[in-house]
Amino acid sequence: MTESPFKILTDKPMDRRTAIGTVGGMLAAGLGVLQTSCSPMASAAEKEKAKLDWEAYFQGHFQAMTPAEKEATIQRLERSYELNTGNRIDVSAQGARENVLYGYAFNVSKCRGYMDCVKACIQENNQDRASGMAYIRIHELEKGSMNFEEASDDFFHQVPAAGHFYMGTQCFHCQNPPCVDVCPVKATWMEPDGIVVVDYNWCIGCRYCMAACPYDARRFNWADPLVPAEEVNPNQHYLGNRLRKKGVVEKCTFCVQRSRDGKNPACVEACPTGARVFGNLLDPNSEIRWILANKKVFRLKEDLGTEPKFWYYMD
Amino acid sequence: MRTLRAFFNDALREATQGSTAYHLWMAILTGLMCCGAWAYSIQLRDGMVVTGLHDHVSWGFYISNFTFLVGVAAAAVILVMPSYVLKDHDFHSAVLIGEAMAVAALIMAIAFVVVDVGGPARLWHLMPIVGVMNFPRSMLAWDILVLNGYLALNIGVPFYLLYSHWQGKEPDKRLYVPVVLLSIAWAVSLHLVTAFLYAGLPARPFWNSSLLGPRFLATAFTAGPALMIVVLTLIRRFGDYPVAKETIEKLSVVVTVAAQICAVMTISELFVEFYRNTHHGMSARYLFFGIGEKRALVPWIWSSIALTFTATGLLSLHRLRAKKPVLYLACAMLFVGILIEKGIGTIIPGFIPEPWGKIHEYSPTWVELVVALGIWSMGAFVFTVLAKVAIPIELGQLREREEETEADCLEGVSK
Repeated sequence: MTESPFKILTDKPMDRRTAIGTVGGMLAAGLGVLQTSCSPMASAAEKEKAKLDWEAYFQGHFQAMTPAEKEATIQRLERSYELNTGNRIDVSAQGARENVLYGYAFNVSKCRGYMDCVKACIQENNQDRASGMAYIRIHELEKGSMNFEEASDDFFHQVPAAGHFYMGTQCFHCQNPPCVDVCPVKATWMEPDGIVVVDYNWCIGCRYCMAACPYDARRFNWADPLVPAEEVNPNQHYLGNRLRKKGVVEKCTFCVQRSRDGKNPACVEACPTGARVFGNLLDPNSEIRWILANKKVFRLKEDLGTEPKFWYYMD
Repeated sequence: MRTLRAFFNDALREATQGSTAYHLWMAILTGLMCCGAWAYSIQLRDGMVVTGLHDHVSWGFYISNFTFLVGVAAAAVILVMPSYVLKDHDFHSAVLIGEAMAVAALIMAIAFVVVDVGGPARLWHLMPIVGVMNFPRSMLAWDILVLNGYLALNIGVPFYLLYSHWQGKEPDKRLYVPVVLLSIAWAVSLHLVTAFLYAGLPARPFWNSSLLGPRFLATAFTAGPALMIVVLTLIRRFGDYPVAKETIEKLSVVVTVAAQICAVMTISELFVEFYRNTHHGMSARYLFFGIGEKRALVPWIWSSIALTFTATGLLSLHRLRAKKPVLYLACAMLFVGILIEKGIGTIIPGFIPEPWGKIHEYSPTWVELVVALGIWSMGAFVFTVLAKVAIPIELGQLREREEETEADCLEGVSK
């Protein structure tokens, strides 16, 4: 899991700029460790923090980790957070369950634009409060057309507004996701249960995935994300709502920390009108399968061949 | 090994000695590079929030510069091909200058990508064996390979030629001509792959066009040689380096033909985007006419159109093209016009409107501008050093010294 820094320096061909960047980064990290570990003034906690940062920097790709390495990575995250804030979090690395493929259905007739889903999503997923990041967008469309260009997604008035209807968009967890194809370092991928996830430690922040997504599903941390300590959701997943740092991409994960526990995503739970349905597409008795079989469903931008696992329907 | 060290010693001495004007020029560039580094340190500290970018326009000025510079680098081939393959000696004197320009442009292009990523310290994730490269699926992985390969080729061949000339030997054609042939194919693929980076995204209809790749090549073969004409003229004036008149004349024909092809492609693209007013043409409509109150790019694209079309018109008239001031003016107009078109008129409108049709505009902040200035200065610095060393070797003024050769021979005998 942890690569020797010297191996990287000596064995690998690299271009000049990258080499400077890497050596610079390693020097900075190394100096930090050196400084704290050699300084008699540095407390044991500071030394441990520096050591954890150093290990995190050289952490390998999540998918290539053995279960023991995954466990160690998670413990490092928990310990790091405790050292930094004094609070405890519980990070999980629970894998996909057998015979599960998640899907989502959105009832256009029921949504009234209350935005409870947006609020719940932000709180559940520890999204940056400073920039007002949100994975879900609720579009207010005028009746008689389904033209998103004419719709509004930043309305501040009483809902539902007369003559309008509402549609939510978020990550559609495409079965043929263009964002996964374009990532140069495989920092984003589709899990066996169909959830498209990001390894925030592996993402280099090139934002190619944001350019490739036809649904505006991805968000970038332009600055250090801010989540007040008392608002941090401590129940976290490595591939889900754990705290991010600046310079990485994030997105909806169907609340992987909840869904793999057998719960509904926060948006489904929060919706007061029952417009949101989540379930296992491989389970013939699931509600989502019933909707697909009995309602006239449609998906957005189907012509792009992305195969979203997110359907819309009407009563 | 020893000869190699002597070569680098000579090169270093040549690069660090020069007239007052030379030192002043290098000092100014160093100062600008420091400004760029300082601005970049602010970006590293606070995050990319200090740029004008946001979730809707997630690539901007940096990636625009990257795209343009890849084109400049690819255009070095225009000098390499006739000189090495067609044995056209008119081009010979300009070849090494062209390759130095390619090296400088590539280093700038790579630097623009590095400053654009959110986690530059994690770039080792891209490296073979320790990292994971999404090859062949990701066009960015292709682009990294193609860029670094082209950089290696453009350093390798001139280094071999200069090193041989410095030793007073004739370079072995069997050794370098195959590599040159490879680099010609490489140059075309370099810019094509960079275009595929964008053209392969159905999410961005403005880029998702099969004309994007050919258009990148056409603009590159206009802007690159146009810059070459200006640079060669400057070198001829300030560096007493004999650049044949025929070189400039032949280059001006290349620029003219490429600019005419560019004009045809622009017209073809505009027709498709505007004839039937479809959703596909939304970005073009925003770019050329603005949508509602949002019209930040409109003045830029029209100045680019005015510059390139006027210059193409001037160059197309043989009598005007033969006049040196007109030629230089037209070349400068084309270079600036294409820089605007590639920079502001290609990358940014791809993100506007965003996937659900909203218009969120973008304009670069001072941090982006200063970082870019620093990188351009770095490119000029690299180019100056390379040209400063290459020219005296090519003129036969800088040669391996006798004593050193003797020492080498003696060493060889004693072994």
